Amino acid sequence: MNTEEVMREMAVILDEVAGVAADQVAMDKSFTDDLEVDSLSMVEVVMAAEDKFGVKIPDEEVKNLRTVGDAVNFIVKSA
Amino acid sequence: MSARTRVVVTGLGLVTPLGTDVASTWQAVLAGKSGVRALHEDWAADLSSKVAGAIDADLSSVLDKVAARRMDRSTQFAVVAAKQAVADANVLANVDPIRLGVAFGTGIGGLSTVMQQMQILNERGPDRVNPLTVPMIMPNAAAALIELEIGAQAGAHAPVSACATSAEAIAWGTQMIRDNRADVVVVGGTEAVINRLAMAAFSAMRAMSTRNDDPATASRPYDLGRDGFVMSEGAGALVLERLTHATARGANIYAEIAGFGMTSDAHHIAAPDPAGAGAARAMLAAVADAGATTTDVLHLNAHATSTPLGDIAEAAAVRKAFGSHTDQIAVTAPKSSIGHTLGGAGAIESILTIMSIINKQIPRTINISDFDPKVNLDVVINEHRAISHSEILALNNSFGFGGHNVCVAIRNY
Repeated sequence: MNTEEVMREMAVILDEVAGVAADQVAMDKSFTDDLEVDSLSMVEVVMAAEDKFGVKIPDEEVKNLRTVGDAVNFIVKSA
Repeated sequence: MSARTRVVVTGLGLVTPLGTDVASTWQAVLAGKSGVRALHEDWAADLSSKVAGAIDADLSSVLDKVAARRMDRSTQFAVVAAKQAVADANVLANVDPIRLGVAFGTGIGGLSTVMQQMQILNERGPDRVNPLTVPMIMPNAAAALIELEIGAQAGAHAPVSACATSAEAIAWGTQMIRDNRADVVVVGGTEAVINRLAMAAFSAMRAMSTRNDDPATASRPYDLGRDGFVMSEGAGALVLERLTHATARGANIYAEIAGFGMTSDAHHIAAPDPAGAGAARAMLAAVADAGATTTDVLHLNAHATSTPLGDIAEAAAVRKAFGSHTDQIAVTAPKSSIGHTLGGAGAIESILTIMSIINKQIPRTINISDFDPKVNLDVVINEHRAISHSEILALNNSFGFGGHNVCVAIRNY
């Protein structure tokens, strides 16, 4: 999957799991500061992303995923 | 000592197999409908009891999508009913949040979520378990989610006493107001355990009806052919309010919670005391707490779950408490229509009792074709019973496994 496809799927996950409207999701948005995804929701987002993209996102990596772009790039790199 | 604080009901909310609000449920009760259907789901195929009062209505429009997926089904029902009740009471803009409380319970809680997550754990491993599992399965989840929904800060309590749970919640909420900890308390209870494990477990106790070929008549309290209770799901919520607070804001008042009685049998973990001593004491305590005498009681909304032993034990308890006045008490058993919602039953049936009082009409008990002669009660059977008195004191009984006996006394206002 390319960046654009992963980004599109991430928006779907964020809507389903955390109620973030699709038009709010952008590469430079911070999960916690901009999208109000709390730590429990972040665990849900990570689990959903792992299922969706068939990747493993270790806990120690999650703290580095500050923005949507961080997550998308990590997934593109790992997939 | 000043006169005791009076507590009234200013809001009602219901989610039952008969309807997803108070009006539709009440109309269905008056129409003599049954909320029980066959369990045609695959998981029920080999169960001995394959009937249940399932809620098939879609509640997704009422709940926020993300919030709903973080709630067990039982909590979803609870929050829907509570939202109805606070809207009905128009109370949230009219109460200080630190004087707003919650007392809301469940008999069993998030068992369906436990089962789903157990399956995920076994099939996919520990790192696939939903991170919201704990807040979904904790027995105080419904109380906590209602507290969050309405911003209640006076305290949120989750009484648990099996099938007496939500009657006990009414008692706790009443006491919170009497103790001056709150002016308004949202009370009630919920249950949603129409699942393979709960159905199998209650069946293993030989507690459930196996009238699988005729679901609508499977729940038949006081009928000679009754063969156990019918599992049902749903929630009931009431807004309890200090009378002076309600009148000061011009609230619509449905009825008064005149009193309550709570006792325990110390007899058996599941069977009722056949002599009904504890149940009788609960009823008498409720009457005394209401400042009334036994001859004031005109109506009883019975616990009557349609089990062979339980219905008889309750009838004996009523006679023990009220003696010859028992003949003057019109009894109805709404589980004939709704089935048994366990932790939801006390609140759901208190709401039906209130509807009976304000409509001056006691709904008939359906599904009685052969009245059990051992039931020495004036059961409303063939036609609804009009209430001609202007002063009405009614009781609602709820009893739970463990020997919990709770009786709520409700008076017209």
